[in-house]
Formats: sequence, C-alpha cells, structure tokens
Amino acid sequence: MFDSPEKLALGLVTGIVFGFLLQKGRVAKFEVIVGQFLFKDWTVVKMMGTAVVVGAVGVYALVWVEMASLHVRPLLFAGVLIGAVCFGIGMATLGYCPGTSVAGCGEGRRDAMIGVLGMFGGAALFVVLFSRLEPVIKSLGDWGQVTLPDVTHTSPWLWIALLIAGGGAGYYFFDRSRHLKTPSPIPPRKSSPRSAH
Amino acid sequence: MNPLTMKSWSPYVAGAGIGILSWFAFATADRPIGVTTAFEHAVALTEKTVAPQMAETNNYFAKKEAEGKPAKIDWEVMLVVGVFLGALISSSLSGDRSSPTVPGLWRWRFGDSRVKRFSLAFLSGGLMMFGARLAQGCTSGHGISGTLQLALSSWMFIIVAFAVATGTAWAIYGKQGAEHV
Repeated sequence: MFDSPEKLALGLVTGIVFGFLLQKGRVAKFEVIVGQFLFKDWTVVKMMGTAVVVGAVGVYALVWVEMASLHVRPLLFAGVLIGAVCFGIGMATLGYCPGTSVAGCGEGRRDAMIGVLGMFGGAALFVVLFSRLEPVIKSLGDWGQVTLPDVTHTSPWLWIALLIAGGGAGYYFFDRSRHLKTPSPIPPRKSSPRSAH
Repeated sequence: MNPLTMKSWSPYVAGAGIGILSWFAFATADRPIGVTTAFEHAVALTEKTVAPQMAETNNYFAKKEAEGKPAKIDWEVMLVVGVFLGALISSSLSGDRSSPTVPGLWRWRFGDSRVKRFSLAFLSGGLMMFGARLAQGCTSGHGISGTLQLALSSWMFIIVAFAVATGTAWAIYGKQGAEHV
C-alpha cells in the first residue's frame, strides 16, 4: 500500500523541485501552452528540448556506469496512438498538461483546479473500464519496451549526439539568429583559422 | 536580483534543471519523472476503499499485481503533491499569482462565462488523462522522461499528441486567435 518513508520523502522533494522549475519556466500558464500550439510562444519546446538533451546525456551516463537502469514504456501501438489523440485534443482545450495543471493549481489558477478534478474523472473512467480497454490497447500489436537504438541496432550515443546537434540547431534558429539580426556593437566572431589538416 | 524571487527563468535554465532533476530521480529512486500514474493509483485505491465489491469484479487489480505495478501510495504520488507545493512556493516568492479565472485568449473566443470555461476544463482534463493512461504516459512520463531514454513509444506519443494539439488549437482559435495570445 505504501512505499518506504524514505522513498516517499524523496518523491516529495523531487516533486517540489519539479513544480518550482515548471512555475519559474512559465509553463504552468494557459497562455504559454496554447501560445506554443499557435506558434506564438516557443517556451514549451525550448524547455522540453533542453530537459531532454540534458537528461539523456546524464541518464545514459548513469546507465553506462551501472548507477541507474532504463524504464521504457512499452510500445502498444493502439494505446499510444489513440491515447496521444485524446491527449492532444484535451491538452489544447484545457491549456495545461497533467504536470502543469497541478503546478497551475499551485499558482492559484482556478481553471487548472477544475482541470485536475476532470483528470481524476478520466483516471476513474480508465480504471473502471480497464477490462474492456485492455484488448483495444493491445489490438494493433505490442513491440515491448524498445528504444530507438534497439530498433536500429545502433549506439545510444549516436542518438544523443543527434539530440545535441538538433538542440544546438534549434537554439541557433530560435535565439542566436534573432540576436544577430539586431545591430550590435560587437562584430560577429569569425571562425578561428584552425589548421587545415 | 535573487533568482528565487524572480517571476520567470529562461526556459533553457528551467529545462536544464528538469534534465538534471531526472538524473536525480533515476539515481535515487530508480524512477523516471511522471505524473499520471499517480492519478490512476489514487483512483484505484479509492475504488478499493469506497466500493470494494466493485473493485472485486474489476480485473485491473489482478492484472497490475501480476505486472508488479500494484496501485499504492508511492514515490510518484508524493511527487505530484510536491509539484503543487513547488509551484505554490515559487509563485508565492515572486508574487506571480494574479491570473484571471477565464484566460484572456479563451475569453476572446468563448466570452467570459465561467461555467463554459470550467465545464470544458473538466471535460478536457478528463479526456487528456484518459488518453495519458491509454498511452501510459503524459508530457512528463513520455514527453520528457521517455524521450530522454530514447523510447520509441514516447517519441511516437509526443509527436502525435503535439501534432493533434496544434491542430486542435488552430481549429479552436484560428489565425485571428493567434494574434490574441
């Protein structure tokens, strides 16, 4: 029924830091979430992208030195696809995702509080209908707990290098290029002449 | 200025913080950060307590027991409580707490009826959670924790979910709405 008290305390501390970062990052706000989907505010993409790049490097390093293990969710095609469609419609209408709804409640947002009540309703529907939903979730096949390196038979570090490159390109596209357009007293730095061989 | 009392941080700083927090979660609790499993567990435990006969006939409990993931008050439930407290602390320190009951963009599209905003918030919150449980993850569990593990299920989920959310937002607010964000 309960995890150990230490683990419960660890969860609480992790959650407090998580909620603090979500609020400071401004994603516990309706305008920011919906603004992302309307391409007016790129906070969500910037924040998630940075979290994924930083997280991937550290977590795969921890796995490499055997200080952590992966916990991959199974690829049940129907469950993931139908779930993602319901999730996307719900998130865009509500204007918060599950984590940011809870953070929005902490920020004092009334509509996020009602959204969280609805989330309990959605979870209840899932638990009560579980026996009827399970065959649907499994109907289009189950690939199990696979990762991109698994299915392509490549090293995870290749994918992490790609993530870092993608993140760098994204940063240049969103921020750096905009800075370069504004006149600046400092001339843009030229690439240093490295040895040609 | 004291960063704790600032209203906002750069999304890159906050994002990097969440990335580092995920190392901490993996290293200390052997768990990825996620939010929606806690809701499922809370509801399942409630069913067991208030409607034990109904729970008896629900094979959810036997199935999850067999998977080694029985519903319990665990690390993740406390994490969700913590998210609420963390956002409360952050917004109290900075005074970032004055938000309209009906968000401005919503009011532009649907008017300032609280009943309309609240009833649609309830329904869409329910639909979102139902989808998250079908897919076994949300923006945190799949979108951050799953994608950083390079999980195929998570990349598929977040791409489809955000594409559908983008289509939904444009269907609701359209080009004119985008000018009112």
